[in-house]
Amino acid sequence: MREITFTAAAREGLAEEMERDPTIFVVGEGIGARGGNFGTTLGLYEKYGGMRLNDTPIAERGFVGMCCGAAMTGSRPIVDFMFADFILDAMGELLNQIAKIQYMSSGRLKMPIVLRGCIGIGNSAATHHSGSYYSIYTHIPGFRVVVPSTPYDAKGLFKTAIRSDDPVMFLEHKSLLNLKGEVPEQEYYLPFGKANVVRHGEMVTVVALGLMVHKTLEAAALLEQEGISVQVIDPRTVAPLDMDTVLESIHKTGRLLIVDESFAPCGIGAEVTAQVVSRGFDDLDAPIARLNGAHTPTPYSPTLEAAVVPNTETIAQAIRDLLKE
Amino acid sequence: MASDLNINKQTQIALYRTMVLIRQTEEALARSHQQGLIHGACHTYVGQEAVATGVCAHLKHQDVVFSTHRGHGHALAKGVPPREVIAELFGRVDGCSRGRGGSMHLFSPEVGLMGTTGIVGPNILQAAGAGYTFKLLGQSLVSVAFFGDGAVNNGAFHEGLNLAAIYQLPVLFVCENNLYATEVPFSFSSRNPQVGERGAMYGMPGIVVDGNDVLAVYQAAGEAVTRARSDGGPTLIECRTYRIRAHAEGMRDGTYRSTQEVAQWKERDPIKLLGARLTTDGIATQGELDEIGRTIRAETELAIEFAKNSPFPDPRTATDFIYSTQA
Repeated sequence: MREITFTAAAREGLAEEMERDPTIFVVGEGIGARGGNFGTTLGLYEKYGGMRLNDTPIAERGFVGMCCGAAMTGSRPIVDFMFADFILDAMGELLNQIAKIQYMSSGRLKMPIVLRGCIGIGNSAATHHSGSYYSIYTHIPGFRVVVPSTPYDAKGLFKTAIRSDDPVMFLEHKSLLNLKGEVPEQEYYLPFGKANVVRHGEMVTVVALGLMVHKTLEAAALLEQEGISVQVIDPRTVAPLDMDTVLESIHKTGRLLIVDESFAPCGIGAEVTAQVVSRGFDDLDAPIARLNGAHTPTPYSPTLEAAVVPNTETIAQAIRDLLKE
Repeated sequence: MASDLNINKQTQIALYRTMVLIRQTEEALARSHQQGLIHGACHTYVGQEAVATGVCAHLKHQDVVFSTHRGHGHALAKGVPPREVIAELFGRVDGCSRGRGGSMHLFSPEVGLMGTTGIVGPNILQAAGAGYTFKLLGQSLVSVAFFGDGAVNNGAFHEGLNLAAIYQLPVLFVCENNLYATEVPFSFSSRNPQVGERGAMYGMPGIVVDGNDVLAVYQAAGEAVTRARSDGGPTLIECRTYRIRAHAEGMRDGTYRSTQEVAQWKERDPIKLLGARLTTDGIATQGELDEIGRTIRAETELAIEFAKNSPFPDPRTATDFIYSTQA
């Protein structure tokens, strides 16, 4: 099968959907003729023109609120944030408006909007270009939250996001954008709420998202040489969250580690833990462990930056520690 | 008072009728609030009826309105039946938001009411977005944002007007300048007392009208709607008006404005002003105007009874409609 990058895969999904549905449009800073800071819309402006690929002023609250009104009236906006950190200026529009319009209108209005942007720590991007924040959106009723880890998932989930009548946060780890992977030529869609078992194993279950899936796979390969068999689960969507796949795995392994580069307090690991304790307590042979990024703004200097995020070695050690419990 | 306008007699009577409908519905709601029938907030539109009436008279059902926390008048002028507005404030299943919204979340997309809002500002942005849809899809439709003077120093005003201007969207930005944001005077919040002239900052027409003169509002809105429908872009209209009742029902109202000021504005009551003109111009007799009042009073009483008899929503439906589909 051919291999293409994460960004190219998502872009191909976008192009297929835009070709099919003339109500889809994209807005963002530099997503028109420039094709996006990360090439997310490269080549599409020439094909579909300015109203469907429109540059914006640097006014995140303004264009997010505008796209809310557009989604209420029959078009399907995609907001390309470049960096998802920038979305925070639009938090009121997201939480008070976009997430609530369907409910407030008793389902007579839909909210088909996709909000995409890069997340994650790396490249000395420092603290205004390194946030993830997915647990904040997951906390709010009304959102779908997607964190893909491969080109294949990026395309299939992006197409599902565009077709969804619910608001979708589509968060792409910036260290994965140039990752190449197998993507079929033919169209396909991937469902929300269906985790992917990316590695099968017997002794411990690790739940990881985005870049941490890849770091965990590296750790699992190392540990295999030590005779440790690790099952790795990528939920792919945080809202909805596929707990059944996680519980099924723990039934087999009896041990759970959640690896998440974002913050621990009230985070995804806390949610997974609470649900496992409620529904799978008897399957546990050891306390549940979490390995998170440090609870700190993200520093700039490479040595400091590396110190606040899990890596292959810290993940491997966390798994070894869990097996000693 | 606009005096040189060519507005036909039927239109003038229809405008009068709509203003009376809003007034009587609001007064019925105020009484209902005192009786404990309204569970949450109730901000009435008494005194400002000419604005919603004069603007919405130009709109089709498919045109859309994005309203404020003081939104009953916009809902009624856009065509939401009084009984659905009242039932919503009573928290009943027949309310226009099926009891999920209350006064500050009135939704009736079937007639183009795309929500009132409990947050000041976002509706300005959403109105721009509806305009974006209409332009993208080549529909000859118009979007209207109503907002108060309290919204014009919010960032949403700046970002929304700028976006609508650069994309040349079919939007009317209608500022109801009633001099107070809750109880803070506009003269305190803005060094420049002119809202209308801010249009020039965004490269769009900015107009100031007497917001208690429904014919003047009708005239200005008509020109703006025509411009919007013919791809001529957005317009800012500042309507100078006044809120007669307290900010919200049940609030004290004596600390920030004088009774004399309120009395002066009552003399410029928009219904009284149009009524005087209609009789002076021989368009209607006082008897005919009184008959309109009686007819609407009967309708309003029926609407109140309807709302009282409407059931409360089933508690088992409290979490319906969060998502369009189950995942």
